[in-house]
Amino acid sequence: MSILKSRETILALAILALLAAVASRFPGFVAPANLARVFTDTSPLILLALGQMAVILTKCIDLSVAANLALCGMVAALMNGAGVPLPLILLAVIALGAMLGAVNGLLVWKLGIPSIVVTLGTMTIYRGTIFLMTGGAWINAHQMSEGFKAFPRAVILGLPVMAWIGIAGIAAMALLLTRTPLGRAFYAVGGNPHAAVYAGISVGRTQFAAFVLSGALAGLVGYLWVARYAVAYVDIAGGFELDVVAACVIGGIAIAGGSGTVAGAVMGALFLGIIKNALPVVGISPFWQMAISGSAILLAIAFNTLSQRDGGRIILKKAEAAE
Amino acid sequence: MSILRNILTTAAVASALMAGTAQAETMRIALVVKALGIGFFEAANKGAEEAAKELGDVEIIYTGPTDTTAEGQIEVINSLIAQRVDAIAVSANDTDALVPTLKKAMDRGITVISWDSGVAPEGRMMHLDPSSAPLIGNTIIKLAADHLPEGGEVAVLSATTTSTNQNTWIEEMNKVAGNYPNVKVVGTVYGDDLADKSYREAQGLMQTYPNLKAIIAPTSVGIVAAAQAVTDAGKIGQVNVTGLGLPSEMAGHVKSGASKSFAIWNPIDLGYSATMLAHHLAKGEAKAEPGATIPIGRMGEVTLDENNTAAMADPFTYDASNIDQFSSIF
Repeated sequence: MSILKSRETILALAILALLAAVASRFPGFVAPANLARVFTDTSPLILLALGQMAVILTKCIDLSVAANLALCGMVAALMNGAGVPLPLILLAVIALGAMLGAVNGLLVWKLGIPSIVVTLGTMTIYRGTIFLMTGGAWINAHQMSEGFKAFPRAVILGLPVMAWIGIAGIAAMALLLTRTPLGRAFYAVGGNPHAAVYAGISVGRTQFAAFVLSGALAGLVGYLWVARYAVAYVDIAGGFELDVVAACVIGGIAIAGGSGTVAGAVMGALFLGIIKNALPVVGISPFWQMAISGSAILLAIAFNTLSQRDGGRIILKKAEAAE
Repeated sequence: MSILRNILTTAAVASALMAGTAQAETMRIALVVKALGIGFFEAANKGAEEAAKELGDVEIIYTGPTDTTAEGQIEVINSLIAQRVDAIAVSANDTDALVPTLKKAMDRGITVISWDSGVAPEGRMMHLDPSSAPLIGNTIIKLAADHLPEGGEVAVLSATTTSTNQNTWIEEMNKVAGNYPNVKVVGTVYGDDLADKSYREAQGLMQTYPNLKAIIAPTSVGIVAAAQAVTDAGKIGQVNVTGLGLPSEMAGHVKSGASKSFAIWNPIDLGYSATMLAHHLAKGEAKAEPGATIPIGRMGEVTLDENNTAAMADPFTYDASNIDQFSSIF
């Protein structure tokens, strides 16, 4: 437990160091208003990372989140065009996202196909479905209603709704993972599947639940994304699934399953979010930006692995003493 | 379906032939498009009809396959050859696949030109590009300068660092930047043609350069994202977003004032010019050879380069006065 704690402390320090480095070149970045903006901008990544975390905890991976997001976002935009009221749209995209996640979950659970293969396949199918629905056409700002675009931007107590949804997601996920049987089952299934079975936990069913959760969050983010950028087309959030996985890995979620915390996932997402928002303002050549993002990810992971590695066990104490 | 279409085409051929003999003076120019039912090409047809009216003795046959395939276009062109049209102006679905069929058409004395999307040089007499890199480069900075009488800082939001089109346009823009001494290009950033990254880069530009007066985005994803970022930052009126975009995608942002104007080729002008060129070549009033200058009616004239390719004009500027007319077209 103390190792877990210290890992998150290290990540928190890394984030502070990153902020300090950015501030030395562009002081305006650490102004509270701007930090709030960065948090709002990172909320979709945080929400998706939380869903992905549940999936990774169960020894699976969900590569279809970005495609799921894009499909749900497009459906939200189409429903808006058809005049469906916003609350109904929100319910519909969350349900649709959960359903798309359930497809992943069922294939993993019932057919036992490795999750990376399943979600690689469904990722392409979901993107293809958007093309089938729209023929590749865009839905643009003027085709969306004002209320549809305004909801994530509406400011409540100084923060936009989008940021509040992020905060609510974090709180709900922390509660789910630490205080409910399902949350503990995620850890059990990933930590030791055999022991989980003996404890009466169905591995497949738990993995299924994780995929549904990840899908539902992707559906919700789909609406937020489309409303925020006021445009929906086939390729939105292209490649975003890699950012989501990276956020989890940086946050210390063990890719082999069974270990990781909500705080870690959130900070992993924030770390990436800060880099993404800082690079445009610190005046680094765009040609270096990708290399810098990549190095930051590698460094963070190396740090994590080092702090996770235990010193090994000495099993022949006498022999060692004799040397 | 295809048999039915063939029968219909044959019927059309027969009636066209009869019509042809009835009034031998009329020149028939076929406008072959990538696929029927695309707003951009319907607009090009409008331009072609306008040219036909102006010329008087021209009949436009607007045709194309039902989906954007080279096979479909070959079928259509073969039937046009059988109809003995006077000229074919094609926007090709494939640079090379149409060459044999178009060669056959030229062997039969049919004038063949390509426009919009070109055919390899051996398959056509000339090609009409909607614009050229130098014209585009000049247009995008001029759009920014037009709304900055006192000058100021402008920045470029491009696609990826490796996008050939955008890099060429920006290079051409920088070459002519000296002609706009008040406009200071302070930087180029890359949104990778991703809505979220472009949005963030646009936000970054506004933070880095507080006096920024315009963002030039020569990419359809970037210009929309930048306009949204300016809107969200509450900087409409301070920062003008311009560049290259599609009217249907930009309509909302032009109305909100985030973008005062932007540019893209005008399909009506393109159809008009292609028809004019086809007419002059078929009539023998002009010859398609390197260095030749051919008049294109109200659009002025074009000069062919060593590949027999010509650039029509500056990209067409869209603003609040004409956005409604075009946003329903493409």
